[in-house]
Amino acid sequence: MTIVLTHLERLEAESIHIMREVISESEKPVMLYSVGKDSAVMLHLALKAFSPGTPPFPLLHVDTTWKFRDMYAMRDRTEKSSGMQLIVYRNPDALARGINPFDHGAMHTDIWKTEGLKQALTQFGFDAAFGGARRDEEKSRAKERIFSFRSANHRWDPKNQRPELWNLYNARKARGESIRVFPLSNWTELDVWQYIHLENIPIVPLYFAALRPTVERDGLLLMVDDDRFRLRAGEIPIMRSIRFRTLGCYPLTGAIASTATSVPQVIQEMLLTTTSERQGRIIDRDQAASMEQKKQSGYF
Amino acid sequence: MTDISTRSSYRPSQLVAENIDEYLMRHQHKSLLRFITCGSVDDGKSTLIGRLLYDAKMIFEDQLAALDADSKRMGTQGQNIDFALLVDGLAAEREQGITIDVAYRFFATDKRKFIVADTPGHEQYTRNMVTGASTADLGVILIDARKGVLTQTRRHSYLAHLLGINNFVLAVNKMDLVGYDQGRFEAITAEYRVFAESIGIRNFVAIPISSLAGDNIASTSSQTPWYGGPTLVEHLENVEIDSAVSQQRPFRMPVQWVNRPNLDFRGFAGLISEGVIRPGNAVRVLPSGRTTRVARIVTLGADLDAAAAGQSVTLTLADEVDCSRGDVIVAADDPPEVADQFEATLVWMADEPLLPGRPYWLKLATQWATATIHSPKYQINVNTMEHLAAKTLSLNAIGVANLSTDKPLVFEAYGKSRQLGGFILIDKISNATVAGGMLHFALRRASNVHWQPLDVDRDAHARLKHQQPKLLWFTGLSGAGKSSIANLVQKKLYALGKHSFLLDGDNIRHGLNRDLGFTDADRVENIRRIGEVAKLMTDAGLIVLTAFISPFRAERRMVREMSHPGEFIEIYVETPLKVAEQRDVKGLYKKARAGELKHFTGIDSPYEAPEHPEIRVNTVETTADQAADKIVAYVVGVTGFEPATSTSQT
Repeated sequence: MTIVLTHLERLEAESIHIMREVISESEKPVMLYSVGKDSAVMLHLALKAFSPGTPPFPLLHVDTTWKFRDMYAMRDRTEKSSGMQLIVYRNPDALARGINPFDHGAMHTDIWKTEGLKQALTQFGFDAAFGGARRDEEKSRAKERIFSFRSANHRWDPKNQRPELWNLYNARKARGESIRVFPLSNWTELDVWQYIHLENIPIVPLYFAALRPTVERDGLLLMVDDDRFRLRAGEIPIMRSIRFRTLGCYPLTGAIASTATSVPQVIQEMLLTTTSERQGRIIDRDQAASMEQKKQSGYF
Repeated sequence: MTDISTRSSYRPSQLVAENIDEYLMRHQHKSLLRFITCGSVDDGKSTLIGRLLYDAKMIFEDQLAALDADSKRMGTQGQNIDFALLVDGLAAEREQGITIDVAYRFFATDKRKFIVADTPGHEQYTRNMVTGASTADLGVILIDARKGVLTQTRRHSYLAHLLGINNFVLAVNKMDLVGYDQGRFEAITAEYRVFAESIGIRNFVAIPISSLAGDNIASTSSQTPWYGGPTLVEHLENVEIDSAVSQQRPFRMPVQWVNRPNLDFRGFAGLISEGVIRPGNAVRVLPSGRTTRVARIVTLGADLDAAAAGQSVTLTLADEVDCSRGDVIVAADDPPEVADQFEATLVWMADEPLLPGRPYWLKLATQWATATIHSPKYQINVNTMEHLAAKTLSLNAIGVANLSTDKPLVFEAYGKSRQLGGFILIDKISNATVAGGMLHFALRRASNVHWQPLDVDRDAHARLKHQQPKLLWFTGLSGAGKSSIANLVQKKLYALGKHSFLLDGDNIRHGLNRDLGFTDADRVENIRRIGEVAKLMTDAGLIVLTAFISPFRAERRMVREMSHPGEFIEIYVETPLKVAEQRDVKGLYKKARAGELKHFTGIDSPYEAPEHPEIRVNTVETTADQAADKIVAYVVGVTGFEPATSTSQT
């Protein structure tokens, strides 16, 4: 009798295999935890990979102080339920200079996230970091290895990537160099949602529709999550039924009008929709090779 | 917006809209197929992938709009959408209009999820195609109906088949440009069949398509009434995947990690590569050969009654047997071979060519070893499949060579098992992955699988002699004083009642190594043999002294890695070349300077000084006797000359 594995079972097995290779072949691994749905799935897979023990590495949240309030609440719940150590890192330089999405535009992401991440990895001496990025998200990601090598300056060199054959990963590196590892490389947005549904994985409520205070600005529907939101002249927050397909800094993350309040309804809307998931993100649209450039300079 | 036909769609949006729960139920039982598309830009590969994604609704409006804008900016397809821009993700690729690297694409139908490895077709990207093929179950070979079977068609088919793909689709594309001519299609198919059979491809399905117009991709074309076979998508959805076959094979699971959360639990985590396992099944742990039974198959939540190839699990065993990362848990009654010398096909992937004799890291499943590759038997011309003579392999070259490893590996022929037959080679200095390889067979069995530990072992020998085995490795220029100092050290050890043996360079070259000369390759082999002999002697409990120039760091490191941890003591006998040449005890420098001696270290062959030797003695500043005292003091200090009591041999 043949045991037939579904595509989700195969993806799960692959991700678990990747995680176990990392902890066997690196000295000080860490898991980037961004509180979003991909992070939730990645963490769930880690719990499975190392059960009945707890995953032998900490979680790292590179905070920008501008995430949704619901995300901070979720992060703190996760810290308790996972039994893992959670490191929260805020770039002290960005904090001192008061870097924010209203005054500093693209610099906000660069200094809080990219620089903050590099600082945290260097400061703690992590030599391998798990990230939840998927290849279906963006063109340059589609060509990135699962084990993605970074120089001592955290730079990614897309033209000089190590060949990755079969499921044989090469984690060898010199002191100071590191690898970023993407266990969800071969998952799609639909796979992630189906898995959340099937495994009942808790996610931030912002993924489900609810009445929330919003303003429309530059073609995006923005949520007024706290009183730091700077309203422009004539802007009055309006309660709309919205949800988010991706989560980031709240003043930079566009919502979509929706009535989906359950995972199946979210999947239903997603399958019937005609725009991609990253469309709500301001940071990708600046220039054609935007993500590739960000990644080269150390963005996940 | 686009000129590709949109009349077909394999996404049942009706069901999504009407009954999402039913839809999800169905889609949770999809299987997974990985395939590779092979073809060059002109064959319409990008358009085919673009169409598959578009029809599966994996390209969204915002992406299509961006693509539309990019296409117009680049202008390669006039006002039409250039799907290559979707596939070519890196800035350098878009600028140069070529695909450089492997990209992975995803789409799904009602029955299956697909992962497409999209790889460049030019010969200079052979390594990228090999990478993409290594994980694929099926290969789609694209042919331009106007051009027929080309050199590149043969190359792509050969490479895909070499990497273990047995299912092929011959997609005869651009049928619209030959007027959907049945004769043309059949002629191409017949020509391909002759070639495919000649290289051992048994299963292929030929399909006449037009990726631009959508013929026979997702829906049957009315333009080809003479074709009665499946559409491309139908075939991809229904073709039998090898997973059923791999489950019928005997059980194998390379151990990735030992899970020990507390004293009561010891689980062995891994991805099952072949077969099925159930609690109670008899298993053997290789390479040690110990047998036991599987107690539990542990996952988060409930234990499993059975697990199969492709699943990541944690096994617990009925008995306390030694088992760690790198071991392989296998069916007790049908174990794979264990060996340390193999014949293999190598695909060279680095700019720096293969150096036969140099030690490389080798990773096979979860096993690591140091491997040395012999001179290739031949290189394969990937366009004609001819065998060519070769001394090395350079970037993108494929060849067959013998290789040996410093420890036995659990393996199977690649044709039987990709997981236990495929390996990568890694440069020890740069850490780059320099080659992929596929094992054919073992040249000899390394050890009996059912090997029993000897009762009188290394530690027992050492205990009897009241000493710890050591390997004192003297290195330095000819005339530096290695032999003189080693002799004195041996005398002093003897006076202390220690059993030692001195292996001297010149003496060994008269006997064991008299077939070796002084080329780089022979020097590597010289040191390897001495390392092996020294290892036998330390196993017998001796303190071994060796006095060889041993000029290369890599080879000294090789011996260090062959030795037990802490056993190898590198002694750098440091003498400036000028001084050694003045001494010239054997008159060799004079001969070398006169050109009578070739490959003489320090003159026309390099000496790589040790970077971190355990002991450094300078024969200009100290006498030979002082140097010998320093070495003896170090050895006494390190070992205390206490008999070995620990059995830690990892």
